[in-house]
Amino acid sequence: MNGDRMRLDVTVNGQARSVQVLPMARLLDVLREELELPGTKEGCGEGECGACSVIMDGKLVNSCLVPAVQAQGAELLTIEGLARDGELSGLQRAFVACNGAQCGFCTPGMVLASVDLLRRCAHPTEAEIREGLAGNICRCTGYVKIVDAVQAAAAGRERP
Amino acid sequence: MRGNVPDCTVKVPGSLAEALETLAQEPGRWRPLAGGTDLMVPFAAGRLADTHFLSLQRLDALRAIEPDDEGITFGALVTYTDLRRHPYVQRHLPNLVQSAKVTGAVAIQNRGTLGGNLVNGSPAADTPPSLLAYGAQVELTGSGGARWVPYEAFHTGYKQTVLAPEELLTRIRVAQPAAGFHFFRKVGTRAAQAVSKVCLALYARIEDGVVRECRVGLGSVAPVPLRARSVEAAILGRPLDALPLAEARAALMADISPIDDIRSTARYRRIVAGNVLVQALNELATSLNGCS
Repeated sequence: MNGDRMRLDVTVNGQARSVQVLPMARLLDVLREELELPGTKEGCGEGECGACSVIMDGKLVNSCLVPAVQAQGAELLTIEGLARDGELSGLQRAFVACNGAQCGFCTPGMVLASVDLLRRCAHPTEAEIREGLAGNICRCTGYVKIVDAVQAAAAGRERP
Repeated sequence: MRGNVPDCTVKVPGSLAEALETLAQEPGRWRPLAGGTDLMVPFAAGRLADTHFLSLQRLDALRAIEPDDEGITFGALVTYTDLRRHPYVQRHLPNLVQSAKVTGAVAIQNRGTLGGNLVNGSPAADTPPSLLAYGAQVELTGSGGARWVPYEAFHTGYKQTVLAPEELLTRIRVAQPAAGFHFFRKVGTRAAQAVSKVCLALYARIEDGVVRECRVGLGSVAPVPLRARSVEAAILGRPLDALPLAEARAALMADISPIDDIRSTARYRRIVAGNVLVQALNELATSLNGCS
């Protein structure tokens, strides 16, 4: 791969996709520019803020720190993959119901980090929620309503 | 999108032998790339001079965690998440669990690797103090073979190590510590994500109320992750009920050489490193038979 593009095969939100990318392109840019999934946001671009969080092969990652070459063959879940047939997931509805978003820029990352947490731990304590979301920064609100939303989703108060 | 992706070449070797061969053919040309959590930051900002990367993603043999009767061996590609969750590490190496837990947050811990943390060479990394406190060894492998080096001899200066250009750091070995006292504390701006201002790990073994073995590792207080030999000398052989706190603090001041930087000041680091050491020794003194 000599400064040339490579063919990247991934499964994004359940769909097999192939794109030509530079091997060291950031997964974040591949998602937004090549796969036309702009729901994933760039905040700091340094792995500090979590706005670009996606789930890759079942693990939460900062997509700004993943070179495309390391996503070869991966299964990716982005914010666009959560709703089904235009219907928000229970967790997304909980964010809406609890006012867990203000400007909304951190929200895709917050939601993906919450999906990851609830997969690992179906009924997290408040401390576990705060640790699970510790890599995601929100500059509008406090974190109280976001934590409320995750608790509500875990309690099934916002069941689909 | 942040600017253009710099023009560069990436190789993805399918085996360790292939990776080592590439390094041997053009020593210094290929930059090994593990989880990317350190390298991708300067790379994407155009601040990395490297143009040739050796992505280690297919070297699954380096993801192994192998405990045995005498200790445990970690492949260099073991992640912080792997460290946190492993039952042996939780039971015998609690400081290393703490190190992994305070490095970044979940997304960084899923990608960042133990080997990468060491080779990156930052004096502010959080696994080195624990590895120093546990007397770890590292395996450096070249196409001609492997050599084991005590981890405390790995860093030679700021971001400088004994790793030769044609070598990879392949494994990390920690002998099982005898039952004893384990202490770890990181001081940063916040619990998650923040890079340490001061980090201290201590392991001590007590016999009949006397300190018989003690190692202290520190981060962010010198150009390299530092083993505090003078502190250890001040504590060894002392009874728990008469640990020389002032003497140990003074010894620490001789061991460390902190600087002013964006995260803290030398003065703050000196005071806080001393305070954290005294906290560790106070907890050691009140621990039951030196166990915690």
